[in-house]
Amino acid sequence: MGTYRIGIDVGGTHTDAVILDENNQVISETKSSTTVDVATGIYNAMHKVIASADVPREEIHYAMLGTTHCTNAIVERKGLNEIAVIRIGAPATLAVKPLTGVQDELREALGNYVYLVRGGHEFDGREIVSLDEEHLYQIANEIKGKVDSVAITSVFSPVSREHEERARKICTEILGDEISISLSSEIGSVGLLERENATILNASVIKVAKTAADGFVQALKNEGIHAKVFFGQNDGTLMSVEYAMKYPIFTIACGPTNSLRGASYLSDLTDAIVVDVGGTTSDVGILVNSFPRESSLAVEIGGARTNFRMPDLVSIGLGGGTIVRIEENGEFTIGPDSVGYRLPEEAMIFGGDTLTTTDVAVALGKVELGDQSNVAHLDKELLQRVYNKMVEMVEEAIDKVKVSANPMPVILVGGGSVLFPTELKGASGVFRPENSGVANAIGSAISQVSGQIEKIYLIDEIGRENALQAAKQEAMDEAINAGANKESLIIVDIEDVPLAYLPGNATRVRVKAAGELV
Amino acid sequence: MRIIGKQEIEDIAVGAALLGTGGGGDPYIGKLMALQAIEEFGPVTVLDPDEVPDDALVVPSSMMGAPTVLLEKIPSGEEAIEAFLKLEEYLGEKVYATFPIEAGGLNSMLPFALAARLGLPVVDADGMGRAFPELQMVTFYLDGISATPAVIADEKGNTALLSTIDNVWTERIARAATIQMGGSVMNAMYSMRGKNLKESGIPHILRLEEEIGKAIRLAKVNNVNAIHEVLKTVGGFELFQGKVTDINRKTEKGFAKGVATFEGINEYKDETLELRFQNEHLLAQTDKQLLCVTPDLIAVLDSETGIPITTEGIRYGSRCVVIGIPSHPKWRTEKGLETVGPRYFGYDVDYIPVEELANKGGAK
Repeated sequence: MGTYRIGIDVGGTHTDAVILDENNQVISETKSSTTVDVATGIYNAMHKVIASADVPREEIHYAMLGTTHCTNAIVERKGLNEIAVIRIGAPATLAVKPLTGVQDELREALGNYVYLVRGGHEFDGREIVSLDEEHLYQIANEIKGKVDSVAITSVFSPVSREHEERARKICTEILGDEISISLSSEIGSVGLLERENATILNASVIKVAKTAADGFVQALKNEGIHAKVFFGQNDGTLMSVEYAMKYPIFTIACGPTNSLRGASYLSDLTDAIVVDVGGTTSDVGILVNSFPRESSLAVEIGGARTNFRMPDLVSIGLGGGTIVRIEENGEFTIGPDSVGYRLPEEAMIFGGDTLTTTDVAVALGKVELGDQSNVAHLDKELLQRVYNKMVEMVEEAIDKVKVSANPMPVILVGGGSVLFPTELKGASGVFRPENSGVANAIGSAISQVSGQIEKIYLIDEIGRENALQAAKQEAMDEAINAGANKESLIIVDIEDVPLAYLPGNATRVRVKAAGELV
Repeated sequence: MRIIGKQEIEDIAVGAALLGTGGGGDPYIGKLMALQAIEEFGPVTVLDPDEVPDDALVVPSSMMGAPTVLLEKIPSGEEAIEAFLKLEEYLGEKVYATFPIEAGGLNSMLPFALAARLGLPVVDADGMGRAFPELQMVTFYLDGISATPAVIADEKGNTALLSTIDNVWTERIARAATIQMGGSVMNAMYSMRGKNLKESGIPHILRLEEEIGKAIRLAKVNNVNAIHEVLKTVGGFELFQGKVTDINRKTEKGFAKGVATFEGINEYKDETLELRFQNEHLLAQTDKQLLCVTPDLIAVLDSETGIPITTEGIRYGSRCVVIGIPSHPKWRTEKGLETVGPRYFGYDVDYIPVEELANKGGAK
């Protein structure tokens, strides 16, 4: 009996699906339009890919979903949970209240129950003041029946999560198990406001994530498939449904990450630049040891500064559907707008009347697609200049993500990747592997499970080796909790950064471990 | 006299981060503190130094400690008030106005947060015209003004009143106390008279910061080159355009020291820039020659937006323009160079003004 897996990736324009066999070979692949409700698009893609794959349904054991549900909910402020925000840190932190600096609209949606409680820790693990448990009980009673999710952030919880844990116990005691509680120490790193925002966003999309998960499981059942379900997360690994319900924020930006992982798998390259050409934009990222390099800067999501791990990407407004405008004087502009999923109707090669980047490539004979005669009348010399500019845009984005001027392999993936040549400046070689159009869905399907921690250690006290060892062990424990097989665990990333103006050589250590599914 | 509202705060924060030459902490949190205080207590009045009476008591408001700690353990807003009240009690006199001790991301904003709360004006002057890492590195020190009596305060309500034999001792004792108090404290030190501030301070720093911030903001709106606008505003020199290819950091005696290497792009292709920093950027040189050295200012700007990048924010692959700005003449004196010149920071080079280096073809 075989073991198959289904991988689905929801993008802005397309929802892609693949079925892989136990050797991760692609059995079938499909692309459908992403629908407004997301779920219908997933169902359509799933239905198509299963129908076209000739495999017994009971042999599909795993199903992986990379989805934009949570991102959309935050950006559109739709379907968000009613949440309570509890910050433990008074008398410190009062000078900047929770949700300060986030967009007004988001503040209004999420800021109805905001509390500041006495407690929190110093950088070295001492208490600032003892935790005001009485106040926490009072808050829990006050919000009972009014909120369905709670975000708790305590000062220096990456160093000591004691007060957050205690606050969770009190909330659960009063509110019951069905109210989900997000702790900042499980979500972000040092930097109170950014971690707090990430925790607030996490708490706000729990309902959305649950609906997405239930919908996915139900859709699988409707197809007669009883598979173990996983969600793609933005570090290029998977999490179980249970884990995803606790940390839905980690699904944000899993799409580009899946493309990077899929590109690595398809090309067999571990260190390379990946250009994922979509309909509207292209994302350029960089693979280090087969995983996307993470951004070390604060990332804005829906107008809130956050600091949880995100892939480091350069995005440009250039995709297969990007609109090209030619002026009378021979000048031209490329995008940033795009016909997006309407490419099959609006592009000239398909009988439409909008000149797109795809039309340019077809007219110049770079790609065979649609009806070339529709664009045969256009000025070739001018189009060549447009094409050169398109290539230049991609080359510049490639250069931006690089760590050095040394040429690196470049992998082209995504639906629009056929537009680009196999020689690019700064590339030691350009690869466009088979199935690269659905690299994201493949990336979703082949992902491993991971765990990550970030902590401050006093190196002078415990020594660097011991600190790293402790951090590695914690990261591996996290991965096992998320569903990884203990035997297959490897450490994929270690970073230690000394902190200024602190004694004892205080150092922030971040470690990530990943392994195969149990 | 003028009134400072929210837009001015936004602009000043960006300009201060630039003059902070990579140090002085992330301006974001300081800006939010100032904005919240203005929202709660109303806008702040800024005085020209000439508008301050000679005998008025003026005290800068600043923080000491690790910016990383402050980003996590945000202040309560009460510490600075507590420090001021304790100092007033000791001196038996009310403070007339406050002002920034330095141009830096955090410390340029804290006086506004305090001033809004206490209803004090802020004087448009500081003690560095840039940012430096140690307490004695202020122009006031050059003129023999004592940092103490000084009060440092934490959010728990602890205060320490310091009286020291010199400002280097203030630095030592205050830093040790800061660690015990949780790694980040608010200060009321370098209290002085209006006359002292006029003579020893660096005037119109806030106006310059605001102009820089505005230039960067409007460059984006008007789609013009932000770097050019900044250079015009500050009278600076472009030193290099490059991409960060290596960054090496270590902590020594509590300071983040390091070297960033930039590989040239555009007209700097095939050149390499080495940038040395200790919290602030202190020395920039290529394999051929020195381009700029402390106390002249070195700022690293994002090549597209012109937004200044802190030493902690420098990372592999960032594309930057490095610029040099002449420091205030007070720093170019013998005592000034003794206090903050290259040799104080352990660099074995002589100070040469950035404009002279530029004439030798070092900068453009």
